[in-house]
Amino acid sequence: MSLPDPLTSQHRYIPNASEDVREMLDVIGVDSVDRLFDTIPDSVKLDALLNIPGPWSEIETRRFFRALAAKNKTAADHTSFLGGGAYAHYQPACIDQLLLRAEFLTAYTPYQPEVSQGTLQSIFEYQTHQCLLTGLDVANASLYDGSTALCEAVLLAERMHKNKTKVVIAKSVHPHYRESVRTYMQNLGLEIVEVGWTADGRVDLNELRGACDGAFAIAVQSPNFLGVIEDYDAVAQATEGLTRIAVIAEATSLGILQPPGPHGFDICVGEGQAWGIPPQFGGPYVGFMVVRDALKRHMPGRLVGETVDVDGRRAYVLTLATREQHIRRGKATSNICTNEALIALAANMYLSLMGKEGLREVAMQSAQKAAYLRDRLAQIAGVELPFSGPIYNEFVVRTPFIASEILADLEHEKILGGIALGDFVEGFNNDFLMAVTELHTKEHLDHFVSALSAAISRERR
Amino acid sequence: MSTPLDSKYAKSHEYVHFDEKDGVGTIGITDYAQKELGDVVFVELPQVGTQLEAGDELGSIESVKAVSELFSPVSGEVVEVNEALADKPELVNTDPYGDGWMVRIRLTDASEMDELLMNAEEYEEYIQTEAGH
Repeated sequence: MSLPDPLTSQHRYIPNASEDVREMLDVIGVDSVDRLFDTIPDSVKLDALLNIPGPWSEIETRRFFRALAAKNKTAADHTSFLGGGAYAHYQPACIDQLLLRAEFLTAYTPYQPEVSQGTLQSIFEYQTHQCLLTGLDVANASLYDGSTALCEAVLLAERMHKNKTKVVIAKSVHPHYRESVRTYMQNLGLEIVEVGWTADGRVDLNELRGACDGAFAIAVQSPNFLGVIEDYDAVAQATEGLTRIAVIAEATSLGILQPPGPHGFDICVGEGQAWGIPPQFGGPYVGFMVVRDALKRHMPGRLVGETVDVDGRRAYVLTLATREQHIRRGKATSNICTNEALIALAANMYLSLMGKEGLREVAMQSAQKAAYLRDRLAQIAGVELPFSGPIYNEFVVRTPFIASEILADLEHEKILGGIALGDFVEGFNNDFLMAVTELHTKEHLDHFVSALSAAISRERR
Repeated sequence: MSTPLDSKYAKSHEYVHFDEKDGVGTIGITDYAQKELGDVVFVELPQVGTQLEAGDELGSIESVKAVSELFSPVSGEVVEVNEALADKPELVNTDPYGDGWMVRIRLTDASEMDELLMNAEEYEEYIQTEAGH
């Protein structure tokens, strides 16, 4: 460890006197502070001090970071077709402005309803939107992001079937989400079985049926990581008796696609970023979870309910809080507590501003523009669309050449053409995944078509 | 507060009413426990067929104040659970020894009734001392 030893040196930000440190170590029976970090493998520990230049003045520091930021290739100065879990949709300007209101900028948990009605009401509205969009009964006040929302959903399902240890997940669920599930599950004695897809890009129902024996839950994503919309009813039919989890990574799709609730799914989790949250590397994003009424006492996270006060007026309170760790300690349904309240508020504002018609419009435009681009691309010699299943706004494109090279070529035209599928799925090196939203104009799409044709011609030479 | 003489009691405030004919014990929480918990709003019970050792977690009970774990006072197999509590958890408050029962367990070893549990008199003494703390 490179930290100064608190026993011998005083640290500016660690106020404990060395005697205090000694005493604490004695109580827990450890001889040095370093021992507390023993569980971290030596191979990942930094063996020297960080190489940080300076000290710099504020002016120098700003100059340095501006130069660094200028190296970024951003969606602001490119035409971006990046998707794969983060989507650029229009965000009404008033949302950012309203988010600056100091009342919302707090980590304070609204335990005391008498002083928190505004916060509680906004959370209740957010939950109501989630329920309406997914066709399920109870939504929580948000989770960290789509990937951890799926992890929480699997843990919830496991609580419903305590004697079973197997969960079945479609391979077409976002690879990062599946990786998070593996991380969460690895020390819980739970087994994950992954099921592949057929030529249309949908989950392989025969394989799915076979994998269900002894499982407690099944998770599919729709539209899935290949952009293809799953058939909820067919999946439900093939997975009798299991808790069914629908994963949604492109949340605007709920503007026109069937909600999972009425089609046999018990839990819907996903990433709410597409609801007008700007795509940015590292977030913050917002995970959502909505469940059938029968599962509500097993849910993780905070829930806000509507009630009446002593005078019979409408009021909002935290409810079913006995599931949560501040009351239930080690037996809580989850350790999640600080959620993504501010981003959930932004999503709430977005959904409120868009309304039913606006959200449908966003979804229709995204779907129609994607369909237009896909049709145009299919006419380019050498371009293939490997998956025949129905899509929303995202799809896989295959050329005879390495996708990462094609994409690098397109960058010269100020186009971020998508993400190379081979980085996520083995054996798909000539494929890339592209997303279209309402922000793309016909000119953007036509420019892409000619740029891709040109890139393919250049590769041929 | 009532403590029926025909039942036995655990320190964790569950009672067992044992029927020697079929070897099945009916388990719930005591009148004292329901008063301490306050209004019960939800009871989570095990599945029929679950095998339990004495002291194992049986389920949980949620009142307006808190959630508490229920423990099995004896060892055996769960043969019946009180489905009525799903819709009417308040039965635990209004009739803890009657309609507010929770599970029926076929005991593995009936001698546990004497070895592990208190009789009514002992239980009343126990809650006196506990309440006196």
